[in-house]
Amino acid sequence: MSEIKGASVIIVGGGVTGLSAGWWLARDGTDVLVLEKGMIGWEASGRNGGGCSHHHSPLFAEEQRLWPIMDELLGYPTEFQGERVRLASSEHQMALYGRALRNAERQGFQSEVLDVKQAKELVPLAGDTIVGGYHYRFGGHANPHRTLQGYAWAMQDHGGRILQHMTVTGFRTEGGRVTAVETDRGPIGCDSLVLAAGPQTGRLSAMLGQEVPVQSARCEMIVTEPLPLMPLGGVDGCGLYGRQTLRGNLAYGGGPHEWLAMAEEGTPAKPTTPLMLHMGKRLAELLPKAAHARIIRSWAGVIENTPDGRPVIDRLASQANVVVATLSSVGFGLSPASGHAIRDLVVDGSCSFADISSFALSRFAELEPNWRELQGWQVTAATETLSA
Amino acid sequence: MNIPASDPKSVTGKPLAIDETVDVLVIGGGAAGLEAAIGAAAQGLSVLLVDENPVSFRTMGDDVPLHFGQGMAANARNRTAMMEAFVASEPRIEEAFEAGVDVRLGAACWGLYANGPALGWMPGLVAGLADEDRSLLVQAQHVILACGRRDMGLGFPGWEKPGVMGATAALTLATRYGAFGPRQVVVLGSSTEALTTALALRAAGVTIAAIVEQASETVGDVALLAGLREGGTEILTRHVVREAAGRDGVEAALLAKLDENGKPAGEERALACDGIVLAVGTTPVVDLIDAAGCKVAFQPERGGYAPVLDASQRTSVANVYAVGDCAGIWAAKTRDRTIAEAEAARAVAALGTAATGDQAASLPVPECDISDYRLAWVRASVVEARAEFHVCQCEEVTAREILEVRPPRYLDWQNERRNDRSLAALLGEGPPNPDQVKRLTRAGMGSCQGRRCREQVAALLALGAARPLSAIPLAGYRAPTRPLSLSMMAHVPEAPEQAAHWDTWFGMHAQWVPFWEVPERYTVATNDATGPVASE
Repeated sequence: MSEIKGASVIIVGGGVTGLSAGWWLARDGTDVLVLEKGMIGWEASGRNGGGCSHHHSPLFAEEQRLWPIMDELLGYPTEFQGERVRLASSEHQMALYGRALRNAERQGFQSEVLDVKQAKELVPLAGDTIVGGYHYRFGGHANPHRTLQGYAWAMQDHGGRILQHMTVTGFRTEGGRVTAVETDRGPIGCDSLVLAAGPQTGRLSAMLGQEVPVQSARCEMIVTEPLPLMPLGGVDGCGLYGRQTLRGNLAYGGGPHEWLAMAEEGTPAKPTTPLMLHMGKRLAELLPKAAHARIIRSWAGVIENTPDGRPVIDRLASQANVVVATLSSVGFGLSPASGHAIRDLVVDGSCSFADISSFALSRFAELEPNWRELQGWQVTAATETLSA
Repeated sequence: MNIPASDPKSVTGKPLAIDETVDVLVIGGGAAGLEAAIGAAAQGLSVLLVDENPVSFRTMGDDVPLHFGQGMAANARNRTAMMEAFVASEPRIEEAFEAGVDVRLGAACWGLYANGPALGWMPGLVAGLADEDRSLLVQAQHVILACGRRDMGLGFPGWEKPGVMGATAALTLATRYGAFGPRQVVVLGSSTEALTTALALRAAGVTIAAIVEQASETVGDVALLAGLREGGTEILTRHVVREAAGRDGVEAALLAKLDENGKPAGEERALACDGIVLAVGTTPVVDLIDAAGCKVAFQPERGGYAPVLDASQRTSVANVYAVGDCAGIWAAKTRDRTIAEAEAARAVAALGTAATGDQAASLPVPECDISDYRLAWVRASVVEARAEFHVCQCEEVTAREILEVRPPRYLDWQNERRNDRSLAALLGEGPPNPDQVKRLTRAGMGSCQGRRCREQVAALLALGAARPLSAIPLAGYRAPTRPLSLSMMAHVPEAPEQAAHWDTWFGMHAQWVPFWEVPERYTVATNDATGPVASE
């Protein structure tokens, strides 16, 4: 077995967060290597709604700055389309969805409140099932799989490397620093390490003495056959998130998730369920003029969440040259900014463009050890399998 | 603090609305499915047998579930006549009715769900069914899949024209419905499957102008070949179709000879025909089998990707069996329905018994190496085509665009900085994955759900990577395995407790707190998770 050449920075995890970080580092001239256990973008990163409008996040301003220029920066198409519409089917939803408007306004982004007539003009597939909506003059949506491939190719254009089908088995440490990543193909030396391994981030960080608490869950989405393009593709609401793709398909998700135990190795199965029917029914309520459209696909993704559902982007206290990153089930849209933040933490030691202290791992210092049980995040799949 | 026993936003404690419960659900009413249903009913079990045929004319027009290629005669529009013809052409349907089987024709199964390592929500085996008007969920103690076969597509310029169709579709239209449009056809492929199809079409009154084979020798049973030759059929080895010519449909097949390197050479010749039947690769229908999580593997002796089965036709998922063509296709089985019926009888005998660990009996060696054979067809017909055409007809993707992994044309991405992002750039350390190529090029993502192109895309990737077909993973199948309209979804009600807690995302309060309001520490005890939440 020939030795694999080490790198200045090794990133474990070829999802959208790891690849964006890799691209940011590589375009800086840093020698970077991404290790992926399966294929890049094969998990949650390639299986999401593609939304880019996270006004609650400290990365929001940077997310908004970067998306409109990502095609140009990467040199590959992301299918980014700006702005979003959110429709409400009840006054209750209308009130809940108003939070986005207030959050964004505080940060200098404008929105408009739509009455039913305005909403139907803006969204030709909408009908009388709605009471109103919001037109956010920010955010938007992009194609997850294409964007992900764009990060990977752009990173390679800058000299970064990707190794797929690599299993990380452990780490070599010396004097409070990681010196090499141990893999099924031998050790690979590094000066710095980034753990951005999605659901595996918890297990891998625990090996370094400081566990990032996460739990995995399965979520599902549906896709219809193509329909004529609406002026704005980023239309969601009525309990669904999603978009009309540039091809015309409606791709939507929402509703209950199932908490899962995480297999330590390999690619997890991602079965779908009859939840598809309930998403379909709600999509016909959101866009009644699309009720005739046929669903041609559904898919599921396995996603990790921290106990509070908020990201961790932080340096480990136990190993000074390790940055851990999980975006906690909301990673795709924020990826241009999260990669930038990770780059800053690796190279400069702190984030240059935003206060990300709320992403610190130390917020879980007093977390109850049985937090999963306390939050009701129980796993039923394994026991069901045994009794079947 | 009031702690819920389980996360109210999760599926836990949200019952599925099951419309019906049966002992045995049989999917597919061919030889194997009927034998299974009748046998299970004889044991006193309640049996529901569904078969999606006859599908509506519109569905046939979408090339679902088979590649009909607009080869339907006008009488295929008459649903009642189609139903009568379907029942009349298979006497055991009547027998099943009389045996007490709940037989539902025109009812498709679009999803099969079983608990596994990543799913614990199902109350048992659950199947999604739909007829023209409504969809419903059925729970079954046992499921016997008898979903049949379909054909590998094979493109050439003009292959989208009405009259180019799969062998199984042609055979179904001609022998089950008497609704086959073309009168004179060219058949591509010379395996026993292809020759059997040609003879059956001839018996139904269709003229078989030629058997076209890219290989230097024919592949199938020589006696069948002799029968065709005697009937006036030309046997053309080392030939391919260069184009399906015609204005509104196929009027002629333009044929060319292959040189010693397998490249089309020399003068072309037009053979008059109004149909071109693709019979280069018959493959088990594994869509529901794969979507349900049953183990599927490339098994040449079973005709390609097929379920991994034990001696009693058990799949890897408990209480799910596969019988008939969907369990494996080989020449002797095609010619003798008692082999499929024996599989069904073995499955019925095993219902409710524990798996013994006995392996399936070894099967006959295929009459040719199906990987080499199918790749040779795709190389000669698709790769060496004289003009670009759409391998994926729904999304209009060419072979070159698949091999170069080009972004879809609707993006009009002319300014791509680099043009060397071919398949090789994607390969990395593993074989090319059709699902990855599908997402980047859109090949296979259309409303025919990849039925016409998925085997060709796999073959193109194998050729591009210089690997055998068996090295190319199966592009995954997921429900709905038949297109299903949104308006049909409303028939299965949601549990009230699910509707009450429905949220756009995980429904976690803390996740959406704006960053300027986030507390310094998080504990479950101090987290305020009360009140409504609408995830962003």
